[in-house]
Amino acid sequence: MAQAGAGRRYVRAFVSGFFVAVPVTVTVLDRFAYVARVEGASMQPSLNPEGNVTGSDVVLLNRWSVRNYQVRRGDIVSVLSPKNPQQKIIKRVIALEGDFIKTLGYKNRYLKVPDGHFWIEGDHHGHSLDSNSFGPVSLGLVHGRASHIIWPPNRWQRIEPSIPPERMPLLNWHADATEDEEKD
Amino acid sequence: MAGGDMFRRVLGKTLGFLGYTVQYGCIAHCAFEYIGEFVACSGPSMEPTITSHDVVFSERLSRHLCRIEKGDIVIAKSPFDPHMNICKRVIGLEGDKICTSGPSDVFKTHQYVPKGHVWLEGDNLRNSTDSRSYGPVPYALIRGRVCLKLWPPHNFGALNQSPTGRIVKRSD
Repeated sequence: MAQAGAGRRYVRAFVSGFFVAVPVTVTVLDRFAYVARVEGASMQPSLNPEGNVTGSDVVLLNRWSVRNYQVRRGDIVSVLSPKNPQQKIIKRVIALEGDFIKTLGYKNRYLKVPDGHFWIEGDHHGHSLDSNSFGPVSLGLVHGRASHIIWPPNRWQRIEPSIPPERMPLLNWHADATEDEEKD
Repeated sequence: MAGGDMFRRVLGKTLGFLGYTVQYGCIAHCAFEYIGEFVACSGPSMEPTITSHDVVFSERLSRHLCRIEKGDIVIAKSPFDPHMNICKRVIGLEGDKICTSGPSDVFKTHQYVPKGHVWLEGDNLRNSTDSRSYGPVPYALIRGRVCLKLWPPHNFGALNQSPTGRIVKRSD
């Protein structure tokens, strides 16, 4: 009889713990931080520099910083793929709305990024399915900002925003406004 | 010491209160994110099916399970302003051929909906900015499927079929 009582108590503790742990975990993953393994070679050499041979990089995605769709040029972001809604792709932000850029293989040679959209590219040009294939991406698709590489341990680092100089936008329609928005 | 005891009691109660707030906040987040949310619509683009200031219930399960179908009314993030939402009907899914010329045009133009996108149109074709102006919308921008009208009470219930006849027939 004592064992049945103890068993029931464990079950009750487990169930009540479950109803606390699952919503809290789901909320944290949706609103604050997400962890994801990077697959593919489209962001070499920044991410996955040796491909999948020694194991893929695992990055920490900050979902809180993109809750108001504020991304900066040079950030590495994860985005819901416009080609496949169940897949997330991880690329670098090259240009924001209003920027005038030169594309690499898009149907238009030069392009002004429309309102509410941004332009993403993989660092490994030619091995990357990015805005050069499917055009500017709507800001509503942004999922999270990759802030740190957390695995493998010898690649622990904070990811700093940077744009390769040859990919900088040519002209900035909202130059004055974006200066004020450069905050963390 | 009486002061220390009272401090510990207040601290305990505060932490307990915070714990409950966090727990119920997370449960609320899960409910609104995975079950459904209430939406107050504004604008004339879905008349007569939904008029301005109606309140509808939009369920999230169909979107997460990728089971949105042609003819569904969906709430989606606006492609040009992610802070705004749009409420339109799905006219075509990926691969469908959409007739983009007006009824009065002589030459008919068509467009195929690309992979991963949907074609949205309002029921009030004359007064609606939708995919006819801004093109196909990525599926991932859809937030939920409107399944029930809640306000005004005399119109409570499921929503009507499309009155426009623009939904693409199944192409085999």
